[in-house]
Amino acid sequence: MRLLRLFPDDTRIPFMRWRKYSFPFSGILSVLCFVAYLAFGMNTGIDFQGGTLMEIATKSGPANLSEIREKLNNLGLGEVQVQEFGEADTVLIRIVRQEGGDEAQQAVVGKVQAALGTDIDYRRVEVVGPRVSGELAQNGIVGVLLALGAIMVYVWFRFEWQYSVGAVIATLHDIVLTIGLFAVLQLEFNLSTIAAILTIIGYSLNDTVVVYDRIREMRRKYKRMHLVTMLDLAINQTLSRTTLTAATTLIALLSLYIFGGEVIRSFTFAMLFGVVVGTYSSIFIAAPVLIFLDPQLAGDKSAAPEGEEPAAAKTA
Amino acid sequence: MLYFSRWKVTAILGVIVLSLLVLVPNFLSAERLRDSWPGWLPGRQIVLGLDLQGGVYLLYEVDTADYKAKRLKTLENDIRNAMRQDPRIGYTGLGVTGETVQLRIRDADRVADAATRLQGLVNPLNQGLIGGTGVTEFQFEQQADGLLRMTFTDAGLGQRLATVVDQSIEVIRRRVDELGTTEPSIQRQGAERILVEAPGEKDPARLKNIIGQTAQLTFHLVDVNADIAEAQAGRIAPGSLLLESLDDANPRPYVVEEAPLLSGEDLVDAQASFASQTNEPVVSFRLSTGGSRKFASVTTENVGRPFAIVLDNKIISAPVIREPITGGQGQISGSFSVQSANDLAVLLRAGALPARLSVIEERTVGPGLGADSIAAGERASVIGAIAVALFMFAVYGLFGLFANIALIVNIVMIFAVLTLLQATLTLPGIAGIVLTLGMAVDSNVLIYERIREEQRLGRSPINAIDAGFQRAFGTILDANITTLIAAGVLFQLGSGPVKGFAVTLTVGIITTMFTAITFTRLLIAYWVRRRRPTVVPI
Repeated sequence: MRLLRLFPDDTRIPFMRWRKYSFPFSGILSVLCFVAYLAFGMNTGIDFQGGTLMEIATKSGPANLSEIREKLNNLGLGEVQVQEFGEADTVLIRIVRQEGGDEAQQAVVGKVQAALGTDIDYRRVEVVGPRVSGELAQNGIVGVLLALGAIMVYVWFRFEWQYSVGAVIATLHDIVLTIGLFAVLQLEFNLSTIAAILTIIGYSLNDTVVVYDRIREMRRKYKRMHLVTMLDLAINQTLSRTTLTAATTLIALLSLYIFGGEVIRSFTFAMLFGVVVGTYSSIFIAAPVLIFLDPQLAGDKSAAPEGEEPAAAKTA
Repeated sequence: MLYFSRWKVTAILGVIVLSLLVLVPNFLSAERLRDSWPGWLPGRQIVLGLDLQGGVYLLYEVDTADYKAKRLKTLENDIRNAMRQDPRIGYTGLGVTGETVQLRIRDADRVADAATRLQGLVNPLNQGLIGGTGVTEFQFEQQADGLLRMTFTDAGLGQRLATVVDQSIEVIRRRVDELGTTEPSIQRQGAERILVEAPGEKDPARLKNIIGQTAQLTFHLVDVNADIAEAQAGRIAPGSLLLESLDDANPRPYVVEEAPLLSGEDLVDAQASFASQTNEPVVSFRLSTGGSRKFASVTTENVGRPFAIVLDNKIISAPVIREPITGGQGQISGSFSVQSANDLAVLLRAGALPARLSVIEERTVGPGLGADSIAAGERASVIGAIAVALFMFAVYGLFGLFANIALIVNIVMIFAVLTLLQATLTLPGIAGIVLTLGMAVDSNVLIYERIREEQRLGRSPINAIDAGFQRAFGTILDANITTLIAAGVLFQLGSGPVKGFAVTLTVGIITTMFTAITFTRLLIAYWVRRRRPTVVPI
């Protein structure tokens, strides 16, 4: 039986040469993401901004969005977003945080229910007060930083500091790009997005660590091999695994994205994007960054990229 | 590496059989489980999160400002009473400013005396077993010109608020239990917050209404001679209060005496019933012995005068005392519906909250959405699992099949562990499981790719498989620990659904490592022994 091969054995793709393109490419993309973040801002959901979110379903026939919008605008609750949510009879309503503390937030739900009448099934109601939203936002930022810090320490402990720095650069790259995507597409940024980002961190590092593991092994085995050659070889040897794992993970995530329902769609979308970016960054960022960080090649960056070279000062 | 001792095989298979056994109750209905499932077998079912079974998540915060204001008001009254004690001490300017109650003693000679009386009110705090560390609820201060001040101490306020939160939790529990909500969870969160989770609750608005009311019931004599218009303009006699009425039939405000005749604490029971003549819903109550005595003497002295029944500073009704009420029983009538009479009875039985609570976060999921989410989650998992399995088979053939069997075992174990831990399964949790499916095969991929490589280097099948497992192990460990760290942080910070995601991700990683490293190896070892292959077909 012929098995499916994504790549032939013994690929010799000179990935390290591509850093001439991948570094500027990722650099410019990251800057663009940052600019997009500043220009468009994030479409923060009620988790981080406070306010009211309601998912409603009309009991008879498809929902009339403009009618609902008009009824709600008449309540004078400030900005109201009304959009279809997955099905024609399901509507997502978002209402901005009200002035005047927790009581005012609570009053919103009653007013909306009075305005929309009884022909409606309230599938989901979420009200987040101003203090809670502030704390949730803070927790989210602290969480991402904490995870990055903990992983940096672990990689440093298991490998060397250069690897740890490289891993964090690659991971930061993934986070910046994910945030950029959310800014450009104005997708709702909420608690589950933070969860998605933390998972992306985990996945991207998982990938990076597998490549690093191979590099470490080869450095023990081929003490005299030139670093660039070695990095290329390590990536080529793990290439099949990297793509296979990305493929299975993407398959599972796609199934979630298509069949998992509207509630977690933005969450899975972020993860799909993250897996692609994470795989890219392990190969094109995390590994080549070592060339700049590794002491073995310090002062010898212009060395010929092919062939074995006597390693100057070999550290164990 | 490919040799498994008999006990090792037994242990691996045993874990799998146990997992299956733990899992079975999840497929039985509650009745079947109770009636025909043997009691000595594990009988737990997986706990579904609020987002899957529907329900209410309410985060309350104790209104500390409200509590402080109330407490300082009480202290002010205590101080007034202390000064009026025989021999009376003359004072001016008694009042609350910020967190302080202050007053000025008129006669300089009496300042020391007044100070002694106030020192009696500093209220030493009970500091557990060690006791008597000199910490008090209030700090007493004496300044020039006979100015005396009592201020909250930080420790005092902290301990008081802790008690307030504890009492509030008790009151909420009594109220929610009375409503018959199934398995509500009521917990303290941080210093001044209370989290109420009521899975399956159908009427969130009523639950919120029941929990959120302070439900402070008081009876006051009505001042019939007071001029309502004057009082509404802000000119009101000291010791009197102007209160709005909730009574729809008679919606006028009343001026009442500030000091209550009775309060909710004097009640021992309250029940919803119907008035014998009008057949309207009413709440009948029974007073404690002390309460009945007080009520009897007040009603005897004030026949013909109206008194107001006040709930949270709103008058429910103001009946006229027709005859002395000595039996310690009475009825509250107002514009009640059957449900509102019932709710009031529940509130009165459960007692008043010691401070106002406000909802700072609310998440409600209707049962319809929950069911939809379960269905979507199931569909996504099944399709995802089949797709991943087909892919693995296409890439690795027979070894892909081994990986797929390991994948099935993995899924069984994930659900078994979740059932055992009674961890809550949420929609993001299901996403975590589906994600694990994709990533679970990663360990197998790492091992297989390694075997492939070793074989290309010219090793014999057994050697290649051996080396593949051995070399891949370190990588699997490093790679999975990084994900575990991210999951750990998620668990610490996340609430509700997100926490559920962290749990399944963590459980998934651990079971994955078990199945990939032990179970797949066992399968392959068995295959090698049976077939004695000359080439590993991957």
